[in-house]
Amino acid sequence: MVAQVSGRFRALVLSAFLVVSLSLPALAGDFEDGVAKFANDEFSDTEEAIGIVATSGNPLAFPIISALQDGRLSADPDIKKVYITREDGKIIDAATGGVVDKLPDNAAAVRLNNRLRRTVAAALGSLTLTSPDPAKRIAAAQSVFKSHEENALPAINSALANETNRAVRSAFAEARAAVVLYKSDTSDAEKLDAIATLRARGDQEALALLTGLSDQPPLVARAAASAISSIQGTLAIWSAVQNAWYGLSLGSVLLLAAIGLAITFGVMGVINMAHGEMVMLGAYTTFVVQEIIRTSYPGLFDYSLLMAVPLAFIVAGAVGVLIERTIIRFLYGRPLETLLATWGLSLVLQQAVRTAFGPTNREVGNPTWMSGAFELGQITITYNRLWILCFTMAVFAILLAMLRYTALGLEMRAVTQNRRMAASMGIATSRVDALTFGLGSGIAGIAGVALSQIDNVSPNLGQSYIIDSFMVVVFGGVGNLWGTLVGAFTLGIANKFLEPVAGAVLGKIAILVLIILFIQKRPRGLFALKGRAVEA
Amino acid sequence: MSHVLTRSLDRSAALFLIVVAGCGALIPLSNLLLPSGSMLQVPTYLVALFGKYACYAVLALSIDLIWGYCGILSLGHGAFFALGGYAMGMYLMRQIGNRGVYGNPILPDFMVFLNYPKLPWYWHGFDMFAFAALMVVLVPGLLAFCFGWLAFRSRVTGVYLSIITQAMTYALLLAFFRNDFGFGGNNGLTDFKDILGFNVQADGTRAALFALSCVALIVAFLICRAVVTSKLGKVLIAIRDAESRTRFLGYRVESYKLFVFTLSACMAGVAGALYVPQVGIINPSEFAPANSIEAVIWVAVGGRGTLIGAALGAVVVNYAKTYFTSGSLAPYWLFMLGALFILVTLLLPKGIVGTFSSWWEPWKAGRSAENAESAAREDGISEPKMAE
Repeated sequence: MVAQVSGRFRALVLSAFLVVSLSLPALAGDFEDGVAKFANDEFSDTEEAIGIVATSGNPLAFPIISALQDGRLSADPDIKKVYITREDGKIIDAATGGVVDKLPDNAAAVRLNNRLRRTVAAALGSLTLTSPDPAKRIAAAQSVFKSHEENALPAINSALANETNRAVRSAFAEARAAVVLYKSDTSDAEKLDAIATLRARGDQEALALLTGLSDQPPLVARAAASAISSIQGTLAIWSAVQNAWYGLSLGSVLLLAAIGLAITFGVMGVINMAHGEMVMLGAYTTFVVQEIIRTSYPGLFDYSLLMAVPLAFIVAGAVGVLIERTIIRFLYGRPLETLLATWGLSLVLQQAVRTAFGPTNREVGNPTWMSGAFELGQITITYNRLWILCFTMAVFAILLAMLRYTALGLEMRAVTQNRRMAASMGIATSRVDALTFGLGSGIAGIAGVALSQIDNVSPNLGQSYIIDSFMVVVFGGVGNLWGTLVGAFTLGIANKFLEPVAGAVLGKIAILVLIILFIQKRPRGLFALKGRAVEA
Repeated sequence: MSHVLTRSLDRSAALFLIVVAGCGALIPLSNLLLPSGSMLQVPTYLVALFGKYACYAVLALSIDLIWGYCGILSLGHGAFFALGGYAMGMYLMRQIGNRGVYGNPILPDFMVFLNYPKLPWYWHGFDMFAFAALMVVLVPGLLAFCFGWLAFRSRVTGVYLSIITQAMTYALLLAFFRNDFGFGGNNGLTDFKDILGFNVQADGTRAALFALSCVALIVAFLICRAVVTSKLGKVLIAIRDAESRTRFLGYRVESYKLFVFTLSACMAGVAGALYVPQVGIINPSEFAPANSIEAVIWVAVGGRGTLIGAALGAVVVNYAKTYFTSGSLAPYWLFMLGALFILVTLLLPKGIVGTFSSWWEPWKAGRSAENAESAAREDGISEPKMAE
């Protein structure tokens, strides 16, 4: 009974004190009393303690609150002592900062509930508002923005007044707007200002804050509604941009996988069902290169992909030439049977890799220059996707130049257009076939290097791309690399725009159906070869 | 026309029919009448296995009809097989009634589990066998008709057509994997109890299903033979060997192709419908493109354009598959299957039956040369041309 009364009395005093202390620096003695409150093991006391500590200005405030957040704050209820277990394992007395040998036996972690966790986050936010690191200040402003706790207002006001960094200032202003908007006694004019600030911010979080508003005066409600529709417009544009980016990224992967197929199909009229396995071989080459580098030359890891690209080209290209010389050569004029033979080959290659490397996924690492991401407006662009897009375009340009300016390219184009005429003009078509097949396979190999960065390296890697690559070739038409380019990016972008509407699977089905309908109009694809050579 | 060739074909066709009919009668009888453990008794699991082979043989026949005689290589015929199977599976699901885990008299277990409020409209009618049997033929037939109409009309041929058919079965695979598509998603349809009031697990039912599969094989064979030996069949072969020329001669190539493609899909659907009660499950993996391509290799192994070869190839390859995948050689099965694809196309383009008859016929023709010289000469000419 006595304890209860004294507890209630103390709560009264301290809550009065809390109000005052928002504007006044707390005294050292109050800080220690506040810390001791953590030991009471009552949620209401803990909340008061958080308020006192967070506004104390004491250097221990940040370690205490963050320890509380991580469950590293323990209290001994008997002697009212509170301890921080630091991340390095050292234990310090929370009130004095002195190092303690070990936790008392009956010390227990200070408990939190969900409401307190929000208070803790808000308190931490205002504590780091004054951090010397601008990134931390912005992060703190973000956490205030999200929690929009009223008691953070004084801290953010003073931080805003002293801030010189522009980016941080705008983050502070947005955080302040969020707090002001949700404060009960804000004037309408201030609220309108706040809404304008949030509208300028224009992202998902601002939208959530604005839609969360209720019971506002008509003027404010109208401003909020108009801000909401404006933000939704912005968001729709950004999500379209995001989808377009994903589509480009998917398109680049499809292009990389399909371009080799398009070349071999264009020149030789056969479809290599083992094309996906060439991609897989490239990915496993990358894996082997990285394994060797990891064990022998760890310093070179960042260059592993640069080494893997030519190696993958050579490995897959050599396998391709071998396949052409031993199998496909004997099947000319029988394209359907080539389909079956190369399918059999793909089964053999898959099983061979499964036997050699095991059926599970192998880990291929990202070099440092390919990991991470950056923000562009409201979308996130990962470096590996960006690099793959650049790489694809480079491969495409090189291939285009090769077809245009080299002797082999000329011969390949001639054979594509009219095989018999080309042979009559003295082109060694069987040599062209072997080289084409090697080239197509080699490109599949380097596609494998790129895919190893974004996909699982497993024996089934190639299978998942093969049907999509065929669709690109069917859609784009053969005989012209631009057809493949347009086909790949169209399918990639269409896929990503259909996905949010129809779901990933239905989107894919829709694409397949659309392609089947498309070939009604253009049976030979977008960029079909013109002339009599087409009709077999 | 050479009477020697027709007679020899007739003779091998008759032999084939006798063998199938004999198996269809003797195996069930031996399973049911002889005491278990007897040397001659065929155990029930083998009856189910042979029943599976018979269904595969029907599928192979349907592929041979379009590939061997019309040059249409479908890499998506497994889709028609699976659709027929799903139609039968839906009937079997409805027969479970309130004996399911959740005891719902109307909704199959997976629908209760996925919180379906009521039976989707496309499940209505499948409680009647006659309706389900109709759907077994109609659904694959309709899909093949629409697909073929679109494809053949715009003259999609050769590898393009193969790839598009593969995309079709792939799309269906994706669709049937979805839980909200209403066909049990990943798990498919299973836990069947009754078919026409008989327990699907019972020995008698299994034997009867096997016998039915043999009957289906015989009927399918007779239909295919009727088609390929008719005038229509001659046009089909002409399309296979020179499509443009046939068109210029005034034949409506699209209509012929569409007819034979649809017929073939209906046969594949029936095969699937017989397959499902014997294996006790149908799930989306039946739609996998790999299955369809595997079915094509059965035909290639047996010999395309021979019908008998297709059925034989289905049995031989599947027996090999059962033999190797159940033993210690399992890891090497894919090597062998892959090698089969390569070696058959490279070294044995006519398949077992085609190669055999190309040895057999000249010998036979040589023997009868004294009596019928002109017959032997024509014999060589009318040998089916295997090139594209």
